Amino acid sequence: MPEQVLSLNGLSKRFGSVVANDDVSLTLRRGEVLALLGENGAGKTTLMNMLFGHYLPDAGTIDVSDEAGRMRPLQLGHPQAALAAGIGMVHQHFTLAENISALDNITLGSEPLLALRRDRKAARAKIEGIIEKSGLKAPLSIPVGRLSVGERQRVEILKALYRDARVLVLDEPTAVLTPQEADTLFENIKAMTNEGLSVIFISHKLREVLAFSDRIAVLRHGVKVGELETSAADEKAIARMMVGAETPKVSRERMAAGAPVMQLKGVSVVGRSKRDTLQCVDLEVRAHEILGIAGISGNGQNALAQVISGLAVPTAGAIHIVDSEISKPTPQAMVSAGVGRIPEDRHREGIVGAMTVAENMVIERLGDMQVQSRGLLRRDAIQSNAKKLAKEYDVRGPGVTAPSRLLSGGNIQKLILARVFEHAPKLILANQPTRGLDMGAAAEVGRRLLEARERGAGVVLISEDLDEILGLADRIVVIRDGQLTETESHDRERIGLMMAGEAA
Amino acid sequence: MMDILNILLSESFWAASLRIATPLIFGVLGALICERAGVLNLGIEGIFVVGAMCGWMAVWLGAGLWGGVLIAALAGGFFGLLHAILTVPLGLSQHVSGLGITLFATSVSYFSYRTALPNVSSPPRITPFQPLDLPILSDLPFLGSVLFQQTALTWLALLMVGVVWYVMNRTALGVAIQAVGDNPDSVDAQGLSVYALRMGAIVAGSALMALGGAFLTMSAFDAFFFGMVNGRGWVCIALVIFASWRPGKALFGALLFGAFDALQVRLQTEMGALVPGQVFLMAPYILSIIALVIAARSADYPRALLTPWFKGQR
Repeated sequence: MPEQVLSLNGLSKRFGSVVANDDVSLTLRRGEVLALLGENGAGKTTLMNMLFGHYLPDAGTIDVSDEAGRMRPLQLGHPQAALAAGIGMVHQHFTLAENISALDNITLGSEPLLALRRDRKAARAKIEGIIEKSGLKAPLSIPVGRLSVGERQRVEILKALYRDARVLVLDEPTAVLTPQEADTLFENIKAMTNEGLSVIFISHKLREVLAFSDRIAVLRHGVKVGELETSAADEKAIARMMVGAETPKVSRERMAAGAPVMQLKGVSVVGRSKRDTLQCVDLEVRAHEILGIAGISGNGQNALAQVISGLAVPTAGAIHIVDSEISKPTPQAMVSAGVGRIPEDRHREGIVGAMTVAENMVIERLGDMQVQSRGLLRRDAIQSNAKKLAKEYDVRGPGVTAPSRLLSGGNIQKLILARVFEHAPKLILANQPTRGLDMGAAAEVGRRLLEARERGAGVVLISEDLDEILGLADRIVVIRDGQLTETESHDRERIGLMMAGEAA
Repeated sequence: MMDILNILLSESFWAASLRIATPLIFGVLGALICERAGVLNLGIEGIFVVGAMCGWMAVWLGAGLWGGVLIAALAGGFFGLLHAILTVPLGLSQHVSGLGITLFATSVSYFSYRTALPNVSSPPRITPFQPLDLPILSDLPFLGSVLFQQTALTWLALLMVGVVWYVMNRTALGVAIQAVGDNPDSVDAQGLSVYALRMGAIVAGSALMALGGAFLTMSAFDAFFFGMVNGRGWVCIALVIFASWRPGKALFGALLFGAFDALQVRLQTEMGALVPGQVFLMAPYILSIIALVIAARSADYPRALLTPWFKGQR
């Protein structure tokens, strides 16, 4: 039995009336990879933020082993104390300054601030030593703003290792990586645990948890509901632990595609950056089919979504929706041509937070006679319509007359689904429709998309979650550098390579 | 055209440009430090007034010239601290707080001046900094009279350009200030205090701004007048964008503005009969707007500029 390096004892944390963590205890052994698994909002990140001193727990203690292996209590609520105790954390959202180099980011805070000189040579030598041992390669001298996402993540890990971390916490480390990058990352982690590092990684992806961890702890609603050796775990049992019941498996039947509902012919968009650029793209979506757009974020998905929703005017090419060419694409023209839009940033682009749930449900068709007469809103009709939709789409919250910003992310998405699906759009643009949703809400989104497909709609599904695309899409197109490549295979390895631009 | 050429070749024109640029150099460097840390300091105009008043008053009361410089810097730092408390831990709007500081600092300065000297018709004079007549160097042709007959405060301003550059680019403190202006979380995650870095930068930057004001009463003139700062602080806010937050370019921008201003005075006397004088008075501002339009398009703003940061919120 290897020695313990960390133990969390009965940690609790509440935010207002919400209990984020309730009496959670965990232990970590030397050289071990512990996966912390749970749905969104299960309290994984809160727990790790307490460990790292970002939050002060309401109850509980933390013990960390010192260099000699003795367990000592950690001073809570102080990141500095956590760093000194050898705990390093890699946040889901990188905490890097982009205007300074990787070397500067790594040494930030470990040098005396008031010294007149810096010993950059010694720092560089130490970092290069760590790179050699762990395989975490990244350019050290150029501003971090010019590094790729994978490189930035390696810099984040180097930051922790540079401070002699003995416990490394990774919060959803693979969320922004291609499958190949993720595999490399886990190989690096293996190399590091062999050197004696202990790792906690937070994830909700069962596949990688099963493949790369030694032990699994599952959180649900802020409570630890299970802990087991990975060798003894199976996917079904863990999924049940996470959700508390059998996951509603999305089933889909084969279906013959019908007539085209959208055609893009040679469409180009010149944007300010890669994410806003499309290069002479041809794309056809037909009735009864879901077309999945796979790709690493920032490769033109944004431009494609903007073209389909009428927010960007192509610099070249033609757009056909059903039979008619859209000569002047505007959001209004797209909606009236039969496009339903589920935007990527549902809080900012999907709703107007200050307006009520009922108003948000009719916001796309204010000219409709059921919504207004002679320029005045028909409040009763709007409200009864909203009540009906809220029931049908299970939108929960403080009521249809409450400001929509009070809804949770999942319920905001249901509001948007209700608004979009209610009018039987011929084409549906679903941009990252399940990002940040828990499993139940995500399954609901998938079910609604399949329902629309059955009804005869065409769906463009843009997602960074390859598993989601593999589960829902009839055809898959890979987007890279603003160009589209159709792929025949549904093989994740091959699609991953295409996303990275390493295979045709 | 010959006239302009003659002006551009004259020693007195370049000496005047450097003299006019000196308060701007202090001001731009001060604004640069604040903004690099992520906080806009629109209190600059009022801090100039405070620096001018306090520096002059201290000397008038017998503190000595360098004593006056020190007191001006401390007074600027004090108003900087006020701005820092309002905008950093309290996270209030940097625009509102900055404009408030400018109004407050200006009024307090005028009020103190009037209270101390209720019955004077012409402002009392002090003996200001004298040109440093460096032996041999001052006798060099051209350079001698441009460079080596400036006062000690101009030399201090030029020295500060180098100091600020060194601190920003070569020390751990400067790297931390750059980082806190780009992404405060990066600093927090490494165990440094976002609040201390930002507040410290604002106080230091404001002290530098006050020196710009002090130059006006202790070197350029020898007394304090109402309205003597006359928008110089605002010019610095524009120049810092022109300079893309770099000390070297800040010096260049300040000199450019100084040269426009010196040129406009001379053109007014030469060609005043043909063109109304106001046109020349406008010229430096119009030219700086044009320069700003060109430079600001590619300006690389500190990403966290104007964004307050609160501990434990991410």
